[in-house]
Amino acid sequence: MFLIPDPVVRFFHRMASPPHFYALTERLMPWLTVIFLLLLTAGLYGGLYLAPPDYQQGDSYRIIYIHVPSAWMSLFIYVVMAVAGGIGLVWRIKLAEIVAVSSAPVGAGFTFIALVTGSLWGKPMWGTWWVWDARLTSELILLFLYLGVIGLYGAIDDKRTASKAVAILALVGVVNIPIIHYSVEWWNTLHQGPTVTKMDKPSIHVSMLIPLLLMAVAFKFYYLIAMLQRARIELLSRERNAQWVKSMAALGVER
Amino acid sequence: MKPARKQRLILIALMLMGAGFAAGFALKSFNENLMYFFSTTDVVEGKAPEDALFRLGGMVVKGSVERPGDGLMVRFKLTDFSKDVTVEYTGILPDLFREGQGIVAHGRLNAQGVFIAEEVLAKHDENYMPPEVAGSLKTGTNQATGQK
Amino acid sequence: MNWQEFFAMGGYAFYVWTSYAVTFIVLLANIIIPIVRRRQFLRQQALKQKRQGTL
Repeated sequence: MFLIPDPVVRFFHRMASPPHFYALTERLMPWLTVIFLLLLTAGLYGGLYLAPPDYQQGDSYRIIYIHVPSAWMSLFIYVVMAVAGGIGLVWRIKLAEIVAVSSAPVGAGFTFIALVTGSLWGKPMWGTWWVWDARLTSELILLFLYLGVIGLYGAIDDKRTASKAVAILALVGVVNIPIIHYSVEWWNTLHQGPTVTKMDKPSIHVSMLIPLLLMAVAFKFYYLIAMLQRARIELLSRERNAQWVKSMAALGVER
Repeated sequence: MKPARKQRLILIALMLMGAGFAAGFALKSFNENLMYFFSTTDVVEGKAPEDALFRLGGMVVKGSVERPGDGLMVRFKLTDFSKDVTVEYTGILPDLFREGQGIVAHGRLNAQGVFIAEEVLAKHDENYMPPEVAGSLKTGTNQATGQK
Repeated sequence: MNWQEFFAMGGYAFYVWTSYAVTFIVLLANIIIPIVRRRQFLRQQALKQKRQGTL
């Protein structure tokens, strides 16, 4: 922030100008979609068909290919949202505010998926749909944080003020992120410990790991697509009185 | 950086630290309640509640599972590799229940120090592999479950 | 492996396929909702401009 050369600063300012950013997302969208669909197809084919059944859990473990990447995304998106919100608070960059609020519904979606698929996995394996252990409870709190962000943003009419309120809520909620991650190590939980991020010997066979990583990358691209779609409508409605939005509406551009 | 921005940045840093400290203290004081289950050592050392329902977690001792009656009653030993507790349970066990597997049982201790379970949940470990690979590994390598 | 075996998921079909269905629905909804909203918004803005133009 202090020693960035002028051309770079100018580049970012140009990027951050609403009409430019809007046009950029439009050009990026087909590429992102193609990459996402390719990764998704490869991941699903590898996970559901190629990967062998687990020695303990049989085919039920295949839920891992959406459960674990969704859970990772729920944490990742929250951090992105909080950091973007923080940047918006300090530097008053509109685009950062928009990225923050546009991330919330996507993150909430992934958190919901992680909870539901976890439940559908827990029933046959653990013998219960839900337990109030530290991991499951902290993930549920994450869903409420996301819903709180969405609700708070919707409740305040002035969207610049709303962005500030939301950013503060998101930043305070960041404490929950390490709690979710380390819950399985700090406390006795029914949920098992980490598989992939653990440092010593690999605890997932490589034929099962590759599809999992493919799905994880696919979900990252999905996040970009879904977040940018939200950002586009957010940008339009904030800039509704700007000339570029007016002429776009007048031309009947519905893309 | 402009002073106003610097001030806002410092404010946010302070806010984050405050939230972190608050959460840290809260979790520390609720530490016991956040434990989902007691270990078998806790029970043997008398740390677990008497005459009250609680959860007991541990590994099913190999060769300890027996069905003394004709019915669904099972008796087995749970261990955390230091102390054992005998558990009795009547009912249907989850798919993953087997010897050497981590489980969490919900129930209470009787006068003889036997844990009478009302519910048994399987706690699977974080290892995933094809059956052939598991077969070629020596048995008893996946013991990393549960007890801390 | 034949198709029947594939869909049976070793007896866990309900849990596995429900998980995938829920995921698919949520992910799709999070893409479609903003697109629909944007189209509505642009249509509304166009209408508003037309009204203001004729006044």
